[in-house]
Amino acid sequence: MFLLRTDRQLAFLLGSCALLSAAIVLLILLFLVKESWPVLQHVALMRFVTDASWHPVQGLYKLTPMLSATLYSTLGAILLATPLGIASALFSRYYAPPFLAGCYRRLVELLAGVPSVVYGFWGLTTLVPLIGRLHPPGVSLLTGILVLTLMILPTVALTVDAALAAVPVAYVRSAAALGLSRWSLISGVALPAARSGITAGILLAAGRAIGETMAVLMVAGNVVEQPHSIFDSVRTLTANIALEVAYATGDHRAALFVSGIALMTLVLVLVGIAECFPRKRYYD
Amino acid sequence: MIKNALASALIWLIAMLITGVFAWLLADIIIHGLPHLSWSFLVEAPGNAGRSGGIGPVIISTGLILLVAVITAVPFGLATAVLLSEFTQRNSRLGRLVRGSLDVLSGVPSIVFGLFGNAFFCIYLGLGFSILSGGLTLACMILPILIRTAEEGLQATPNDYRLASAALGMSRSATLVHLLLPAATPALIAGLMLGLGRAVAETAALIFTSGYVDRMPDSLFDSGRALSVHIYDLSMNVAGGDANAYSSALVLILLLLFINSIALSLANHWLHRSVVTV
Amino acid sequence: MSHFINNKSEQVDKSDTDDTYTLGPLQSGPPCCIPEPLIRVENLSLYYAAKPALESVSLDIYKGCITALIGPSGCGKTSFLSVLNRLTDMIPGCRVSGKVHFNSTNLLSPSLDVQGLRRDIGMIFQKPVPFPLSIRRNIELPLREYGMNKQADLNEVMQQVLRDVGLWHEVKNRLESPAQALSGGQQQRLCIARALALRPQVLLMDEPCSALDPISSGIVEDLIQRLRDKYTVVIVTHNLAQARRIANFAGFFWIREQRAGCLIEFGQCKQIFEAPAHELTAAYVNGSRG
Repeated sequence: MFLLRTDRQLAFLLGSCALLSAAIVLLILLFLVKESWPVLQHVALMRFVTDASWHPVQGLYKLTPMLSATLYSTLGAILLATPLGIASALFSRYYAPPFLAGCYRRLVELLAGVPSVVYGFWGLTTLVPLIGRLHPPGVSLLTGILVLTLMILPTVALTVDAALAAVPVAYVRSAAALGLSRWSLISGVALPAARSGITAGILLAAGRAIGETMAVLMVAGNVVEQPHSIFDSVRTLTANIALEVAYATGDHRAALFVSGIALMTLVLVLVGIAECFPRKRYYD
Repeated sequence: MIKNALASALIWLIAMLITGVFAWLLADIIIHGLPHLSWSFLVEAPGNAGRSGGIGPVIISTGLILLVAVITAVPFGLATAVLLSEFTQRNSRLGRLVRGSLDVLSGVPSIVFGLFGNAFFCIYLGLGFSILSGGLTLACMILPILIRTAEEGLQATPNDYRLASAALGMSRSATLVHLLLPAATPALIAGLMLGLGRAVAETAALIFTSGYVDRMPDSLFDSGRALSVHIYDLSMNVAGGDANAYSSALVLILLLLFINSIALSLANHWLHRSVVTV
Repeated sequence: MSHFINNKSEQVDKSDTDDTYTLGPLQSGPPCCIPEPLIRVENLSLYYAAKPALESVSLDIYKGCITALIGPSGCGKTSFLSVLNRLTDMIPGCRVSGKVHFNSTNLLSPSLDVQGLRRDIGMIFQKPVPFPLSIRRNIELPLREYGMNKQADLNEVMQQVLRDVGLWHEVKNRLESPAQALSGGQQQRLCIARALALRPQVLLMDEPCSALDPISSGIVEDLIQRLRDKYTVVIVTHNLAQARRIANFAGFFWIREQRAGCLIEFGQCKQIFEAPAHELTAAYVNGSRG
């Protein structure tokens, strides 16, 4: 591209800033690897799976209980949030009268902005006692799943909404002209047409659920054990890091950074897959 | 037809359920938080590990952390957005590289930002647990949002301005300063508000960067406790801290409502799309 | 290389009766001017990525004349205009080959001072593009960019060019109001004034009247006529009657089979319309094709 001289100077300045911004990701990776290097040097990767337990001070680095807690809670939250989120988007797009739809969408947008620590706090003071009555102690995988569901519900609802908005009006109009009922129109035309956007939104929400720390940390009990029922107390990868970094040193700290790398890999794979689905961008 | 009616009923039911649950959440926080909320709560220092007293220093620390984050992230964000939108072609190698790495950055979990901030700003750069470390960590975190919204805002300005001002022999720099940036200002502010909203809601990235100290900070090199960290600490580590935690949560939510409503109204007008923070 | 029929016997017609506008009298009609080439285009081709948009166009633009480019949509007329002030630089993937000489400088040279060139060769677009600023700032902005900073100078130039386009009396009391509040025709005249303020030698006009209502269109057309002699005007128009009314020279573009535009015929306006050499031209100006 041809540029004038003053413009070239500006472009150079901007380019430097942009490269610095782009370099942050590399810097993050670099420091994650640098900090986890001590433990990676003398502990085989398999030991993060095969060790007897997570007792990093004694040199035992089994991460699988945390990993499965993360996966179970994410899976549970996705299973709950997907139908709810899709229904919520359908409501605001096809069922609610215009004024109500506007208010409802605004509500969902605001909920997307509620901090995770507030969800966690509310879960701790309200949901935990409720679940505790059902099956003590209350802090459990189930509470974690419920709070996570609340957190990612707005994400799913808004992505699906954006995907539905991108469905050409002509499709919907011609389907309506055929005399289809509202539900046949939605299930036969709108949802299939928005499929890839919806899939992307769910993957994105899954990424957010995996990376979520505070909400789960506050309600899931944080016991490092392989969960056997949804009422068991669990500790996710993120919670593990948040709880232990403050006092961890040496190999222990390095092991936490290893779990950070694992976490980042998980999320990036999900985001990477989500990027493959063409969709209208709706978020940050 | 039965299927149709059933679906309608179910969808209305779910919408009401969602509204109900969230109304419950908000009502719970308002009912428990409002009685303690007062001017003195906002300005006083916390006492007895936060059980009594207010959140004065916490608010100041939160403000300082946000300030550091915004002051560092905005110039870089704006410069990158301008480069991407005005000085590179859609598919140029530099553009793809920068966009790709920002996409990755926006997917990084906040706890990983916390780890990075701790290792890089606190230890490697020797800033320790400080407002500066926390603010810089948040700056990295909100950079992708700032860049994406600013880029979209710039791209939404009419291309006619670029052509007409080039036809008048004006440099891209002058076009940018006099025409494009002013036209994109609402979008830039909307993006800034989105970034702020995300930063103010953040907890995990701050625990090991700006720290827990709830005294009034003397300088940016002091540790300072952010509002969200305060809520976390009160509810998890301080028995009997719930009352003040509720009030702090209410303050945080009000702050976010304020920031988000600015962002959303601007974004809906200017970016013609819905936007989410978290 | 020239496709036109050189007619040196044409006399320059300069009556000096109408002095409402500082630009001088309304020219009675083509043809009028001395055929002295200001821009020489030789064998110009233009590609968007690999797709050819224009193929081997050669023509001369004569100083002080109005040259109209006619032809169906998509035949590369606008692309051709954009080459002349290098706006093609702004289009990603656009590649230009051939030779374009302007005052003996090579217009396509990569080392050319494009900023200076665009000052010499201004451009008016189909849709008026007033900047979202006041009327005054619209005119001052490019002037300030070129280092004219004294308010007195700026005022003088502004008043001059606004008079030139016949806008002064309409806007002199609201110079600080937003330019976008003007009517379409006023906006277009403001854009012309903005271009004139830079004292260009050539004005390129890309269908300057087609987005306007008939009355505004007529006013702008009169203005273009008054620009003759002082400025060299190249105008793209779909309005054949307009081309016939105002132009001294006309070039007829057409789309070839492989979808690249090309110049079919170029010559005196009268000749193109009344005695076209090419059958396509004849068909087009008679309205039986295109």
